[in-house]
Amino acid sequence: MMQDRRSLLKTAAAAALTPALSAVPGRARAQAANTLKIGVLNDQSGVYRDISGPTSVACVRQAIQDSGITARGVNVEVVFADHQNKADVGATIARQWLDRDGVDVIVDVPNSAVALAVNAVVREKNRAYFNSTGATTDLTGAQCSPNTVHWTYDTYMLARSTGGAMVKTGGDSWFFITADYAFGHALERDTTSFVQAAGGKVLGSVKHPLQSTDFSSFLLQAQQSRAKVIGLANAGTDTINSVKQAAEFGVTRRGTKIAVLLMFINDVHSLGLKAAQGLVCTESFYWDLNDRTRAFTSRVKGNLGGNMPAMSHAGCYASVLHYLKAVGDMGVAAAKASGADAVARMKAIPTDDDCFGAGQIRADGRKLHPAYLFEVKSPEESKGPWDYYKVLQTTSAAEAWRPLAEGKCSLIAS
Amino acid sequence: MFEDLLFQLELGLPQVVLGLVNGAFYALLSLGLAVIFGMLNVINFAHGAQFMMGAFVAWMLLNWVGIGYWPALVVAPLIVGAIGVLLERTMISKLYKLDHLYGLLLTFGLALIIEGVFRNQFGSSGLPYAPPEVLSGPPVDLGFMFLPKYRLWVVVAALAMSLATWLVIEKTRLGAYLRAATENAALVQAFGVNVPRMVTLTYAAGVALAAFAGVLAAPIYSVNPQMGSSLIIVVFAVVVIGGMGSILGSVVTGFGLGLVEGLTKVFYPEASSTVIFVIMAIVLLARPAGLFGRA
Amino acid sequence: MSAGHASVATLPVLHDAPGLLGLSALGFNRAQSVAFLVLLALLLAGPFFLYPVFLMKLLCFALFACAFNLLIGYVGLLSFGHAMFFGMGGYLSAHAAKVWGLSPELAILSGGVVGAALGVVAGWIAIRRQGIYFAMITLALAQMVYFFCLQAPFTGGEDGIQRVPRGALLGLVDLSRDMNLYWVVAGVFLAGFLLISRIVHSPFGQVLTAIRENEPRAISLGYRSDDYKLMAFTLSAMLAGIAGGTKALVFGIATLTDVYWAMSGEVVLMTLVGGLGTVFGPVMGAAVIVTMQNYLAEFGAWVTVIQGCIFVACVLAFRAGIVGELGRFLKVRL
Repeated sequence: MMQDRRSLLKTAAAAALTPALSAVPGRARAQAANTLKIGVLNDQSGVYRDISGPTSVACVRQAIQDSGITARGVNVEVVFADHQNKADVGATIARQWLDRDGVDVIVDVPNSAVALAVNAVVREKNRAYFNSTGATTDLTGAQCSPNTVHWTYDTYMLARSTGGAMVKTGGDSWFFITADYAFGHALERDTTSFVQAAGGKVLGSVKHPLQSTDFSSFLLQAQQSRAKVIGLANAGTDTINSVKQAAEFGVTRRGTKIAVLLMFINDVHSLGLKAAQGLVCTESFYWDLNDRTRAFTSRVKGNLGGNMPAMSHAGCYASVLHYLKAVGDMGVAAAKASGADAVARMKAIPTDDDCFGAGQIRADGRKLHPAYLFEVKSPEESKGPWDYYKVLQTTSAAEAWRPLAEGKCSLIAS
Repeated sequence: MFEDLLFQLELGLPQVVLGLVNGAFYALLSLGLAVIFGMLNVINFAHGAQFMMGAFVAWMLLNWVGIGYWPALVVAPLIVGAIGVLLERTMISKLYKLDHLYGLLLTFGLALIIEGVFRNQFGSSGLPYAPPEVLSGPPVDLGFMFLPKYRLWVVVAALAMSLATWLVIEKTRLGAYLRAATENAALVQAFGVNVPRMVTLTYAAGVALAAFAGVLAAPIYSVNPQMGSSLIIVVFAVVVIGGMGSILGSVVTGFGLGLVEGLTKVFYPEASSTVIFVIMAIVLLARPAGLFGRA
Repeated sequence: MSAGHASVATLPVLHDAPGLLGLSALGFNRAQSVAFLVLLALLLAGPFFLYPVFLMKLLCFALFACAFNLLIGYVGLLSFGHAMFFGMGGYLSAHAAKVWGLSPELAILSGGVVGAALGVVAGWIAIRRQGIYFAMITLALAQMVYFFCLQAPFTGGEDGIQRVPRGALLGLVDLSRDMNLYWVVAGVFLAGFLLISRIVHSPFGQVLTAIRENEPRAISLGYRSDDYKLMAFTLSAMLAGIAGGTKALVFGIATLTDVYWAMSGEVVLMTLVGGLGTVFGPVMGAAVIVTMQNYLAEFGAWVTVIQGCIFVACVLAFRAGIVGELGRFLKVRL
């Protein structure tokens, strides 16, 4: 027994020491000047795993391959890590990547607390940061940074697309079921203003604690309000539970529509069409949208382990692709020297990729592209696996995003 | 004034019913915890993970073997219970002579492992599981509200299972052995009863109860690896309020707290997950052994 | 508390020779003095070999674990809600530095003050109960604090308080440089660590141990055990608050993670891995766990599985923890 314990101790000590030794300073810095290093920092183990996680890493690798930059003698390495949805873990990894490991770009970063923490670190170290899965508009507003591009979506765009377009299709009275935290509040507030601007009215709302399991009580309150649309301003498991239970209670049977303000195709997949049919939601990418998105999907599909790309993954792909284009323009050395310069170059040239088509990046770091309001198909309409969405309405790139002046980004004021 | 009251009642009554449905889950889960704690003196932190395993096993049975909901209601708890036997024999049984806290810490670790493995295997957004045909379809009109048939079934099943467990422990010979063994294991052993095996089976039974609740939950809650961990803390509170190890206490408190939570969802929804902890703190201060516990 | 726990926490005292170099004044025996010198050397040399930010994080958690160990190791009370002190300390320090514009040393102190204040209240409620009930009541209180943090406007909800300035120590030393901040953090840690060692080896600490071993006897000897427990609880909470406050300054953020119940679980894990009731155990435990979190990040979803395995292995195979087992092996008390 004693022997056992001793060897266990040794293993533990070895485990504690090995990584420490491998972090000797300088080693990472002394790499070839024509090597770029991209760090994918996201949730590999928690609730956002399916909308970021390994699929994002695969999409970044796809972007490197599609860019053809390696053929021109530039090495691009990809590293990834799990921030475990903890801002301090995320910030430590980001700092270490930038300080020690020679990472030039950080991509993805779901969870707004981590997203904002990384934003500050990247700016301090003057590297580049492409956020795809974070939702907070602060990234291009109060905390905007010359080193950051916010690519895929944000709460304003979701509210604008879902709130505005739903009223046009007749859903003019709303009741909100809102997750009781800043993200939920922001979604509800923004959506309310668009619903009202379009001539609709909001009959009430109820705020639920994060990670509630039972939503029937809130759904009942929503039903009692007799609103035509129930807006779900929550995310992840909360959304899935609310939708599942709405189907169970037959909420939609009497013509009530359910608008999910943030949903990814992976959530639809996990719900199954039987429960999800008829839901309305907004994404800026869908794999079956057009020939280009289908082409992208068929290229990357084999590396996803059965998952399909959602808009968040597409954002990782497109942002890295565009970055590599800018790098090709300005040269590796200049791009590595200053993340802000690289991002400035990205803003200067128009974007074009298979996922989002042609677009551009605004001065505050906001990537502009259209937003699509989708309705989830019924099991009968669906022709095969992952055939889930039909387009209800398109909000143009010019209309979908928060106007530059409203964001109060400090980069614009001067 | 009267109209106002009537309106409140109309608003409140459906919530009472829904609260009872949630209470059914609390009752079932805390029942399993109480059985385990009462007999083994172990706080089973892995209970949430085992609840989750129940739901996942039901899903696997359906999608891999083609076994539907009704058989799964029996088979899944048996499978998860068997895993419980394994855990008890290889690990938990080594801790009986130590402080309770070590049991808590061990099962906490087990919960982390189980959840992590399932997350690797199945991702995190969850899997679909449809309710059985008989119980789906339009909700039943109760006069003051529409309630899905499945929810009615949940309450009935939970009550029946609680009653059965209580009967086994309080009214049968096996139950008498069990209760005696918790008082004085050596003596019961001396009478020729195989106490270690009885303890193992008790743990398995507690775990199976969790898995049973998991199968019940699969059609209405999202089936995902973290489904148990968001419930388990609340269920702990239920067990503590009811009195650790008290069977009746955990069932009554489970339903009662479901009710309180349901009403909080109407009047102060933001606090609906915290209200249970407020009650727990008050109860512990006033009655340290819980509402139904023996001091 | 049953006898089982006591047998684990107190190791047989075999070689309690007096400490070296006057370190016995701190209550250290010879082995502990040597260990302390090693620790000191590591503290001094560390930042030249390892990434300072990582080391700072490690030290914050080490102090947190030491504070927690003061309760579990020396009073025998398992708190399952220590995240409330750690997290609230972080929030208040961050708020003090960012909104009130306090200097870093005052910001960290304010973290300690809020920890202590919360500790008095929580302790007053919790110490009336023992064992599992104590654990559960602290958990309940921590959940309420979590709810408060989620709701209160100053915490910034799930975004947390971001971009907290590190400021300048005493208005002189610029802390935005990692190395400068490192020495401050190392100083805070060392001060907290020595304070705890001093407490443990003081007459006050002896009474605490007596209460842990046999509370009725301690009472019959005329000690008001509740007063002692409350004092220890408050001290532990204060130090946890300081640890949280320091961490908030290091990273420039304070978020809900630090008040969530999983954080309470993590500190239990650290202390358990290192060794309950040993002076150096919590430091070792924090080092192992933080290192794992950092360097296993590439293993993605396996992090929780590995953590779980360590938990299980500790409970089953080496309950005395790394330092405890080491001490047993070397036949000294560490």
